[in-house]
Amino acid sequence: MLTCKDFLNELSEFLDESLDPAIRAELHKHVEECPNCWVILDTTQRTIKVYKGLEPQTIPPDIHSRLMTALQKKMAAAPKSSSSSQ
Amino acid sequence: MSAEQTDELALVDRSRAGDASAFSELVERYERKIYRLAKHITQNDEDAEDVLQESFMKAYTHLDSFQGDSKFYTWLVRIAVNEALMKLRKRKTDRTVSLDEPQDTGEDLVAREIAVWDDDPEKKYSREELADILNKAVESLKPSFRTVFVLRDIEELSTEDTAETLGISVPAVKSRLLRARLQLRERLTRYFRRKGDDVFAYM
Repeated sequence: MLTCKDFLNELSEFLDESLDPAIRAELHKHVEECPNCWVILDTTQRTIKVYKGLEPQTIPPDIHSRLMTALQKKMAAAPKSSSSSQ
Repeated sequence: MSAEQTDELALVDRSRAGDASAFSELVERYERKIYRLAKHITQNDEDAEDVLQESFMKAYTHLDSFQGDSKFYTWLVRIAVNEALMKLRKRKTDRTVSLDEPQDTGEDLVAREIAVWDDDPEKKYSREELADILNKAVESLKPSFRTVFVLRDIEELSTEDTAETLGISVPAVKSRLLRARLQLRERLTRYFRRKGDDVFAYM
């Protein structure tokens, strides 16, 4: 018989679907019968989802332009330009 | 191989052949994600900018050693994580930044707040507010959990790639990811729980 503690221990892998089907089935059974674990499963799943859906913010223009300037300098100083094929 | 990967490899090949505009395109494609990753790990604007610059500089210098058997982005992330961890170690030399702490025993696994969330809690906040809540929650994690969470659930690297990037074992990645996810769940519950629901102790 699975305990809530067992469920919590396996939660991440349960969500990543990387578990053995027999263990998965047991966890499913537990979560159907245990309202607390159901809430934890649901809210953890949604926690992951909300982060996955988060688009990176635009980087500040001055940071972008300093990056491009530094790279352009680097590329001009050490060009890759077909040195091997010349 | 997806169309996006083929297109990416073509940009890498052109960059290797000396086409600066191709490399700039790769930079434009990934700078936002690399900057976010650097900020999440270092939690410092100045360090994050350094990491951003150094990562692309190194990527350019070592372009020839990119094998093409992994995605270019995974390779770039590996460079950026190493740079970011170096910054983090330099800035904070106390034990809280150790990435090689002993294996967790499971004793610390608890869920304190159990509350049902609103159906669409994200809608209660503006995009900026939501980003702020999510970023602050990540910042609250200790570095060893935070780094694993960022790589697995934000950058969506595989467990194996995360383990390799951080130089830790696969079980360590799994254990830290579980703890990170549970801690974030608790933090977000404070914002997203359905009003009127009781929060009760559990386990």
